[in-house]
Amino acid sequence: MSFGSLPYDIAHLLGGAVLLMSFVLLYQRRLEAVIGAFAVQGALLAAAAFWQGFAQGAPHLYVTALLAFGAKALLIPLALRIALRRLGLHRTVETALGVGPSLLAAIALVGLSVLVVLPATAGQAQALTRENLALALSVVLLGMLMMIARRNAISQLIGLLSLENGLILAAIGVQGMPLVVELSTAALVLMLALVAGIFVFLLRDRLATLDTGDLARQRGEGEAP
Amino acid sequence: MVEPLLPGGEPAILLARVPPRIPAVLTALLLTLGALGLLALAAVPLARFAWGAAVVHGGVLAAALALAGLGLAGLLAGAMPPAALPLSVPTQVAVDALSAWFLLVVGLAATCSALFALAHGARLAPRLLAAYPLFLAGMALALVAADGFTLLLGFEAMSLASWVLVAADHAQAENRRAARLYLAIAVFGGICLVPAFGLLAGVAGDISFAAIRAAPPAGWTAAAVLALVVAGGGAKAGLVPLHGWLPLAHPAAPSHVSALMSGGMTKVSVYVLARVLLDLCGPAQPLWWGVPLLVLGAGSAVLGALRANLETDGKTLLACSTIENIGLICMGLGLAAAFRAADLGVLAALAAGAALLHALHHALFKSLLFLGMGEVLHAAASRHLDRLGGLIHAMPWTAGAVLVGVGAAASLPPLSGFASEWLLLQALLAAWRVQDLAFQVLGVAAVAAAALAAALAAAAMVRLFGLAFLGRPRTPRAAGAQDGPWLARAALLLPAGLTVILGLLPGPMLDLAQGAVQVLVPLGMAERGGMLAVRVGDGGARYLPLAIAALLAAMAALAWWVAKRRAPASVRGPAWDCGFMPPPPHLPFGDPATQPSAAGFGQPLRRMLGGTLLAAREAVAMPPPGDPSPARLTASFADPADGWLLAPLARARDALAARAERLRGLSLGAWLMLPFATLVALLALAAWVGG
Repeated sequence: MSFGSLPYDIAHLLGGAVLLMSFVLLYQRRLEAVIGAFAVQGALLAAAAFWQGFAQGAPHLYVTALLAFGAKALLIPLALRIALRRLGLHRTVETALGVGPSLLAAIALVGLSVLVVLPATAGQAQALTRENLALALSVVLLGMLMMIARRNAISQLIGLLSLENGLILAAIGVQGMPLVVELSTAALVLMLALVAGIFVFLLRDRLATLDTGDLARQRGEGEAP
Repeated sequence: MVEPLLPGGEPAILLARVPPRIPAVLTALLLTLGALGLLALAAVPLARFAWGAAVVHGGVLAAALALAGLGLAGLLAGAMPPAALPLSVPTQVAVDALSAWFLLVVGLAATCSALFALAHGARLAPRLLAAYPLFLAGMALALVAADGFTLLLGFEAMSLASWVLVAADHAQAENRRAARLYLAIAVFGGICLVPAFGLLAGVAGDISFAAIRAAPPAGWTAAAVLALVVAGGGAKAGLVPLHGWLPLAHPAAPSHVSALMSGGMTKVSVYVLARVLLDLCGPAQPLWWGVPLLVLGAGSAVLGALRANLETDGKTLLACSTIENIGLICMGLGLAAAFRAADLGVLAALAAGAALLHALHHALFKSLLFLGMGEVLHAAASRHLDRLGGLIHAMPWTAGAVLVGVGAAASLPPLSGFASEWLLLQALLAAWRVQDLAFQVLGVAAVAAAALAAALAAAAMVRLFGLAFLGRPRTPRAAGAQDGPWLARAALLLPAGLTVILGLLPGPMLDLAQGAVQVLVPLGMAERGGMLAVRVGDGGARYLPLAIAALLAAMAALAWWVAKRRAPASVRGPAWDCGFMPPPPHLPFGDPATQPSAAGFGQPLRRMLGGTLLAAREAVAMPPPGDPSPARLTASFADPADGWLLAPLARARDALAARAERLRGLSLGAWLMLPFATLVALLALAAWVGG
């Protein structure tokens, strides 16, 4: 499977599209749009997993695809939308880092991950696996960047989930990765997301804000006298 | 042709003379290790029963006897090829002569310790019962390891299990402090040894001993390995300047554990030093390879012996004496490395043999002394020398056994301590044979240090025995002390008997250690041992232990006979009170203040040497004129290592902790930023290195 063959091209296209949605996530200023972009990323991830399952002849990837579609594209965005409505938030995103600088940083991070992955895996794996790993590492780094560059708790949560998308993307691109690895990763991140969701509600109840930067002032210690 | 049938008894004798078969020793060893592990597991439920402690200590006793027997078998059988441990990670064990010698040492020390524990083991907490077999198993595993991983596994298991035992009585603040320091030093030892094995493994990453021997380190790698191993192994053995834990941890642990720590554990550390520096690093190391061990050993010997003269707690005193003896053993090892580098094979073998012999002898007499002090603590309820006295009347068995140990520790002929220290001094006196002038000067200084240490150790032992066992009781409790049960007496008589026997037979023991010496010094050595005499080369000095013992016995018998004949019939009267007034009636054993105190006994040495070496201070507080209260003399001393090494380290730790505490004041964004920036920096590094 190399450049020019159909399975390679489609897998590459889908992986690139997932990465593109990470950029879109960073670019959006409104929370509804962020959630929508996240849902699209989930759907693309499911498509990528489906295609990899077809191309590798690994039926368990269909399960991964189904789970990714159900959770990432439907359930989580729906839950986030409901939460948003119940919280009645002002709908814009407060950024810690402006949109322009964060996009520039994102481009630098993609460059970095390509520079790391391609030489490190030279001659050891198939071309598709190598490119896929570079894409996945980029998605992971962009998810982390989003957690840092946004101050709103829901955006940070989406950053975390998008990071997990990157991990799944890496897992499906490698041949022979057992299903249990993907499932346990997904379960771990979903648990984290659950905790973060409860945290968001508590934050809203107690402090009437979703800006996590405000938390520093609420500690009973630290920047004391 | 049909062989004639042998008579009935003959085949058994023939079989017994055949050395044990090679896999049999290893199999028995692994079974013993496994049994110790199971015993540790079983100890937790067993601790609920009154007889549980007896079962555990009896099991440890059997295992210790098995280890000593296996060590002896290994010495007789010769080296055997490595075998894999039944674990999932690749581990190897092997018994060569060096391992077998130290197995014998540890096995004998553990036998005495377990016997004592069996005699006095009342109900113990489960954690203490479980840690004791693990402690022994860790030591044995470290000794039989044939790769770096297994060695470190055993070494760290030993450290952790003994930490639990040191923290046995954690209700007292000073014991908690001792355990904390002990753990810190143990962790430090591990931190040093892990990278040392990493360096030894080289780029291939094979940490089996065979691979390391095939590619010994050279250049800066060798220097780094030397520094790391001396620091890591020396910290656990109690070499200056990392000896600070010994005088704290030994009194804190129960007596049988102190005996095993001093007799067994420090020897395991010495084994690590010998194994890595002399065996694994190969014989092609330069002359300075042995210098760190020689210098640090000399420092430990003098400092430990001097401190033993000033301490007033019996077990602390013994711990300081352990520092001294470890110093002597390390001097022997360092000297062997230097002689080997100078192509003086016979002298190198002499120094290595002296070190190995002293390791065995010290393990026995120091176990004996710690157990004797434990018996005193049990009977007189104190280890403080100012609260003891006159125990020779109350506890004759203990006093007799401790007298043997004290004589060996003071290196009096014909006891065991003399034989090995004599060999060591002979080796030191030959240091001029190395051509290097700087080393010759160092050798002279080392001779002076060893002689000073031996004299100071003798003074310390006189002080210990005189204050604890002679004179009059200083407290009613000391007057009412009694010897322990027969099992406890056996635990004292066994090492005392071995100390006497080994002192009479250094020649056969040197022959037995021949294989271990060959591991350390592969060049051949001259036959020096013999039943009657130990020789230092041809035409050199000789030591005839049996003849000296016979001479001493004859002279003692003569003196006794003359005294018996000439003296009038003996009459017992009241003890002379040094001219003091008769004691008041509420002090039936005399006024304790009319006897020398522990601090007073040490005063001459404190004034002579303590001022410079131990920062000893004395201050006299006179009452103002007209005030009838007595003048007070306060004397104190401080170990230089505490002030110069441990205190700055503690300050650095506090400063680091305060710095780290500041991290908690960071905002959430900064917290997220920290790992992200670290990750990106590491990725950039990987891209830079890989690209």
